This record gives sequence, C-alpha cells and structure tokens, in this order.
Amino acid sequence: MSIILDHVRYTYESGTTHRSDALKDISLKIDDGEFIGLIGHTGSGKSTLVQHLNGLLMPTSGSIYFDGKDISDSDYDKKELRRHVGLVFQYPEHQLFESDVFSDVVFGPRNMGLDKKAAELTAYKALESVGIPHDLFYVSPFDLSGGQKRRVAIAGVLAMNPDVLVLDEPTAGLDPAGRDEILSLIKKLHDEKKITVILVSHSMEDVANYVGRIIVMNDGMIFLDDTPKNVFAHYTELEDIGLSAPAVTYIMAALKKKGLNVDTGATTIDEALYSILGALRR
Amino acid sequence: MKDILTTENLTFDYIRRDDEGNVEGITTAVDNVSLDVKEGEFIAILGANGSGKSTLAKHINAILYPTEGTVYVDGKDTSDDKNLWDVRQSAGMVFQNPDNQIIGQIVEEDVGFGPENLGVPTKEIWERVEESLKAVHMYEYRKKSPNRLSGGQKQRVSIAGVLAMHPKCIVLDEPTAMLDPSGRKEVIRAIRALNDVEKITVILITHYMEETIYADRIFVMDKGRIAMEGTPKEVFSKVEKLKRLRLDVPQVTLLAHELKKAGLPLSDGILTTEELICQLS
Repeated sequence: MSIILDHVRYTYESGTTHRSDALKDISLKIDDGEFIGLIGHTGSGKSTLVQHLNGLLMPTSGSIYFDGKDISDSDYDKKELRRHVGLVFQYPEHQLFESDVFSDVVFGPRNMGLDKKAAELTAYKALESVGIPHDLFYVSPFDLSGGQKRRVAIAGVLAMNPDVLVLDEPTAGLDPAGRDEILSLIKKLHDEKKITVILVSHSMEDVANYVGRIIVMNDGMIFLDDTPKNVFAHYTELEDIGLSAPAVTYIMAALKKKGLNVDTGATTIDEALYSILGALRR
Repeated sequence: MKDILTTENLTFDYIRRDDEGNVEGITTAVDNVSLDVKEGEFIAILGANGSGKSTLAKHINAILYPTEGTVYVDGKDTSDDKNLWDVRQSAGMVFQNPDNQIIGQIVEEDVGFGPENLGVPTKEIWERVEESLKAVHMYEYRKKSPNRLSGGQKQRVSIAGVLAMHPKCIVLDEPTAMLDPSGRKEVIRAIRALNDVEKITVILITHYMEETIYADRIFVMDKGRIAMEGTPKEVFSKVEKLKRLRLDVPQVTLLAHELKKAGLPLSDGILTTEELICQLS
C-alpha cells in the first residue's frame, strides 16, 4: 500500500489575487510499514500535504498514487481511500460528539456501511487497542481526562482499520506522561498492526525518539528527507527555517567543542548517555 | 517586596449536573491552596492534565471565584464585585490558542482594544499600543492583518494586547502549546523580557519543562494541591518524584541524572548545558 506523490502542487484560492502556493512540486514515496515524522514551521505546508494523503484536498497539478492507482481518476473510490488512510486531526477530542464512548467509536464503521454487529466488534477491538478499560465504554466522552479523550478519538479512526495512520500533533496540550503514553501507543500500533504511521509534530524530541524517517517541509517544498540522525546533523539550517534539533543534539555539539570525543549524531538521551560514558572511559 | 497575589485556603468545586439539573457529583479542582507571589517574581506552575493549574489561574483574574477561601490580587479580594475591574486590570491573561484571542482586523487595532475598553484617552491608547508592540518586538507588524502572522507572532500580539492594559501581573496558560520550535522560543523570550525589563510579575503555566528553568520559583500541582514548591534547581532535582506526578525534567537535567546513575560525580538539578559541561570537565 505505498503512497506516491508525483510533482504535486497545490494552490489555495487559485485564479484570484489571493492565490498562494501551499505545495510546490512535491515528489515523494511512502512505503508500507514506515514510521515517518513530518516537521516544519507553522505554514510550511505540512497540513496541506497530509490532507492530500486521503483525498480531502486534490492536487492543483501533479498526481497521487495510492497502491498504484491515481486518486484523481474519475472512477477512483475516495470513500475507500479514506478507509485506508486514517487522519487524526489536531485536538481530535473536540470532534467527539456521541453520548457515550462506545457509540462514538461505532459511528465511523457504521458510516462506512458495516452492519451493526460488525461495527460494534471493530469498535470494541479499537478501544481495546488504545487501552481504554471496559468500565469506561459507556461513560460520556466528556467525563474522561484529556489523554483518555484523545485515545477515544484515535480509536474512532482505528475502527476503520486503516493501513496508514496520519496524526497531526497528537500530543499537543498533554502532560509529559500523557505524551509518552500516546506515542508508545502509536509505536505499538505501528509495530504490532504493521500500520504505516505519519506523525506531524513540533516536538523534535518526540520525532527523534520514535520515527525512522523525517520529512522536513519548508515553504511548500521538501527541505530534507532522511533518517533522524542525518536530518538533525543540519541543526543550524533547521533553525534558519524555524525548527530546531532535539536538546541532546546541542549538548553533544557543545561537549565535542570542549574536546570530549562524543558522537554528535546522538539524538536521544539513551544514545547520548552511551556515547558520553564511552568517551569518558577512553 | 509586596505580594501581588495571595490565595488563602483556596478551594474550588466544579458541580456536575445531569440533564434535569440535579447534582450528580462534585469535583474539587483546587483543594485548599495557600500561596503568595511577590511583585516582580517569575513563577512557573507545572502539573498533570486535570491537576488544577488552569482552574487556579482563572481565579487570578476573577474568571472563577473561590468556593471556599480567598484570593487577593494586588491586595484586593477577587470575590468582591466592586474590585472586578481593578483585579482584571492588575492581572491580565493569555491563553493557549492565539486564534481565539485576536479580534482586530489589524494588529494595532487588536492591541488597542483593551485600553479603549478601559476608557483610556485616544492619544494615550496609541502610546500604549506602540510601547506594547515594541516590548514584544512586533511593532513593525502593526499595520498587518493578524491572519497573516505565524503562531508565535500571533501569541506575541496577544501578549501585547494584555500589556497595553498596563497590568502588574500577567498569567499565561500554556501559551506555547500550539507553536513550532521558533514560535515557542520567541514567546518565551518575550515573556522573560517582560519580567526582566518591565518588571511585570509572570505566572507561566506550561507542559514544557525547559521553559521554566529561568523561573524564580516553581509550583507543582497534583490533584488540586501544591505538591512541590521551590527553585527550578530544587524541583528538578527530584526526577523520580516528578515522573510519578506525570511530569518530566528538562532534557539536559535528565541526561545528567542518567549519567549520575551510571556513576559519574554530578550534582542534582543540573539545568543548563554549560553546567553539565563544567561538571564533566
């Protein structure tokens, strides 16, 4: 189920004086089972890009292929595409609306045309997979904590059994433990269910800790597309475009400058710890 | 120094009601909190989601009133209706989402709204708009539409809007939660300058531990109570305790803590890279 973007361009309000190019000539390939971090400053085009992945926006020019088929074809089934590519928006808990948690998660699969029993079964599995205990299934979603609400909202998307899960800032506003819980959950879904994950984030630490590949957007274009280690090696350029590297990267660079022979490519606490201890023993 | 904020045994209960309006239950969001903040201090408040931080903050400019206990802002009891305007003028508030706080079509209009509403003479409004925008380094954007600004710029305009009301104290409830890294940096820099240069008391609520290392004092809330209080160094020395409270420490503090556990002779509560380097060499 690979996704290919071929010279995708998207212009908001095209044909008016307010026209602005949100995406300029984007080409990239997302393979099955990848865990990708998508970073970029506000307005760099990240959200516009992810809305193309499930056909909410269609390219002004260029093509998008999902599993080899052009999603712009007139006979392409967009509803089917949206089942395959699940999009979790920012603050998804604001979209909870049913009277109890279970009904909220059942809504999606029912809406996709599943019969009541099948929809309930998939909703049940989705809620279990995000770690919502059974005794919360019939309480109002509004009585849950922030982290729990967000899990329920993610379960609502998982209930569609997507192959690709796109999450736009899933940890914004959560406390540090809540952040870790949501990210470990996403990692578990990726590892166990083999779901392709695209994580849009403003937290360089989160991206460094979890993803295998980072796509950096700037001004509607792809600025860098590489492993976390290689991307964060460009930390001064990242700062020029409103981003940064994980705190660890700066610590390692400063230590190196002071003459300690550490690995400046370390991006996580564990890597830094290992490298500093190694350098001191030598 | 004089107290700008005092809470005495502050308790606040949210009453939950069913569809018919019958009381279903009571949640105590703030539970018997007594604290004081001196004029000119930089205070950070940390705490898990639901620990009562925002409920506490909303008492500081009389959006909420105590169920029990008393809150004094600049010596005035917030529960007394006749103090409402004084309290709101003494303590301004900035929220998480900049898009919900900006109302003007042009940046300078937005910033001028507050003082205009206070009945400040027109000439003085413009002076205040100018000084406020300059304080957050947004003066050159004064003629722009807020829609065209980045998240960090919008949030700085929100801060300028509060500044123009000449508050003694500014309360910021997760002002950087929705911003990208450079936006976060801009906003934190602006907040620190208000405190250092303008001597305005700052009360910053955040989930980003790094943002609190320059605070004079940190309060950590848990289940409506103050669970920890101290300087950043004191608070962040307690790595395990903070984790139990669903919090964290700055990355450099965590790294130093792990290095210490591995046997290196480091002190607790290292807050900056410079400190870590200094102790390693």
